[in-house]
Amino acid sequence: MEVRLENLTKKWGPVIGTEAITLDIHSGEFVAFLGPSGCGKTTTLLMVAGIYKPTAGYVKFDGRIVNRVQPRDRNIGMVFQSYALYPHMTVYDNLVFPMKLKKTPSQVMKERAQRVAEMMDIDKLLDRKPGQLSGGQQQRVALGRALTKEPNLLLFDEPLSNLDARLRLSMRGEIKRLQMDLGITSIYVTHDQVEAMTMADRVAVMKGGHLQAYCTPGELYEEPRNLFIASFIGNPPMNFLHVVVTEENGAYRARREAFDGLVSAERGAKAAGRGEVILGIRPEDMAIAPAAASDGILGEVYVVEPLGRDDLVDVRIAGASLHALADPGLSIRIGDPVRVRFDPEKVQFFDQSKEESLLWA
Amino acid sequence: MERDRATLKERLGTAIPVIVLVILTLPILIGYAWIIISTFSRTTYGLEPQGSLTLKNWSFLWQDSKVWSVTANTVILALGQTIGVVAVSSLAGYALSRLNFPGRKPFLGMTLILHSFPAVTLLIAIYFVLRWVSRLPVVGNDIPIIGGFGYNTLGGVILVQLALDLPLGVWLMKGFFDNVSWDMQRAALIDGCGHFRAWWQIVMPAIRPGIAALVIFTFITGWGSFLIPYTFIADQQNSTLAAYVRSLQGDTSPVNYSQIAAVGLFQLIPVLVFFIFTQEYLMNIFSGGSKGGT
Repeated sequence: MEVRLENLTKKWGPVIGTEAITLDIHSGEFVAFLGPSGCGKTTTLLMVAGIYKPTAGYVKFDGRIVNRVQPRDRNIGMVFQSYALYPHMTVYDNLVFPMKLKKTPSQVMKERAQRVAEMMDIDKLLDRKPGQLSGGQQQRVALGRALTKEPNLLLFDEPLSNLDARLRLSMRGEIKRLQMDLGITSIYVTHDQVEAMTMADRVAVMKGGHLQAYCTPGELYEEPRNLFIASFIGNPPMNFLHVVVTEENGAYRARREAFDGLVSAERGAKAAGRGEVILGIRPEDMAIAPAAASDGILGEVYVVEPLGRDDLVDVRIAGASLHALADPGLSIRIGDPVRVRFDPEKVQFFDQSKEESLLWA
Repeated sequence: MERDRATLKERLGTAIPVIVLVILTLPILIGYAWIIISTFSRTTYGLEPQGSLTLKNWSFLWQDSKVWSVTANTVILALGQTIGVVAVSSLAGYALSRLNFPGRKPFLGMTLILHSFPAVTLLIAIYFVLRWVSRLPVVGNDIPIIGGFGYNTLGGVILVQLALDLPLGVWLMKGFFDNVSWDMQRAALIDGCGHFRAWWQIVMPAIRPGIAALVIFTFITGWGSFLIPYTFIADQQNSTLAAYVRSLQGDTSPVNYSQIAAVGLFQLIPVLVFFIFTQEYLMNIFSGGSKGGT
């Protein structure tokens, strides 16, 4: 099913939930709503579900406006962070509850519940009450309940946030695979950028009730349209420095106190001549070299955080802090003088006042 | 040696609270013991019965026909009060917990004030209200079983006790509803329920332990209530057990305390039995409810 949000707005008096959200979701697509808490992502989801009535704008399913359609008539399945299972019913009764209300024939009901239970690997738990299950099992039941009624649209509201890190990882993969196999259009709300990036076909980044970007995870990462997206996406987060870009004989250099680095001509040209701009560079696009090396910007190691595969090194250059990922083999120590290099093709530039990208706007 | 000392310390650690609790409950236990012993004796000296044991004190059960009608009245009072409190509290609690309407916070504050209002101070005013209700046709005093809602009727007493019990009930139920997650209700709406069905099939069962606790609590309160029934029921015929006990302490004849103990025990037995079987639920009042602010 295709979903279209048009100018979707929700206000409670002066409080803005979401404002003028417009986006399309293709049939079978997996879309993530990503943003910090209070950004309006859950509000948007609840409007799609029909729990909240929009203040303005439209929710369209397959081109039909459904603003006034009751949640129960939308044929959607929803999975909640708190699982929201019915505690007084057994797992089986939880699974068939939506079908019972739709007056599905009992034979069909039994078959579907059995099939979904096997798919979710909860077929041995059908007689238990939700209170007797672990968090992961409860979430499987919740997912199963959303699937038994064969919905046209699946909604996920931070479904993995209550699970421990390991389980979250495996469920992430399972949900993605399940969604692909079943081909049900899905919206997935999360504040975890890794979840959004790894699972979704497209990600809608929201902040303060506004849609910041709506594109594929790759674009989000490589071509951040503003400072917020650049800082929110990616872990460890992008470094930012105030620099002035100048051109000398066709080469572009970004400069500040004790800092002078070459940037690509294509990107540098868009930032040159604008006075002070913000340069962004990801820790993985930087390298650390010994102080004795011939090029690179000289700085001092402030702190080293071993991450296992890499060391996250915080280098101070005249008071400015730059995080870089370095090979643990270099055995960098706190207080060492080092040289920092960065990939001139990977720099981002942002306007200082508007905080918008100078490259991708 | 070290080890022995440690276990001794541990034992003392568990023993001391037990000893303190035993000492504190001793007066209550002695009280119960005295009641039970004295109902079977002519008179007692301390806990010691004087003379041979007797069943004479229990003779009211077969000699005084009034006691059975009074017991029936008490059951009706307790049941009526319970049904009223639970029905009104669960609806009001739901509204206060889930809906946002103007005046919600002041209303919650007012109910708290009502809760802390001593009933005694209202007696005279309530008397006038009930007298006025008595003059209404049918509603006043022409309803079967409860008599009506006016003065000198069981219904009137139920109404007054209901009003006095509601603030606590409403707050408790609101607390229980607050504990039911919005997500569960939303899930029900998405799964195909309307608002009413979501309330009846999903939310109400989820707070069943809370309702059970309120039922037990209200029933016991109603069963043992004395002041309101004693004040507003003039006829012995319409009276309740607690008032009946009071009537045995006649102002003119010498008081037979053993008989009073017997009637008192008779009144106590259902409560004790009830309590023993349901105390688990009653604990919910202290754990589940009363949580959350306005």
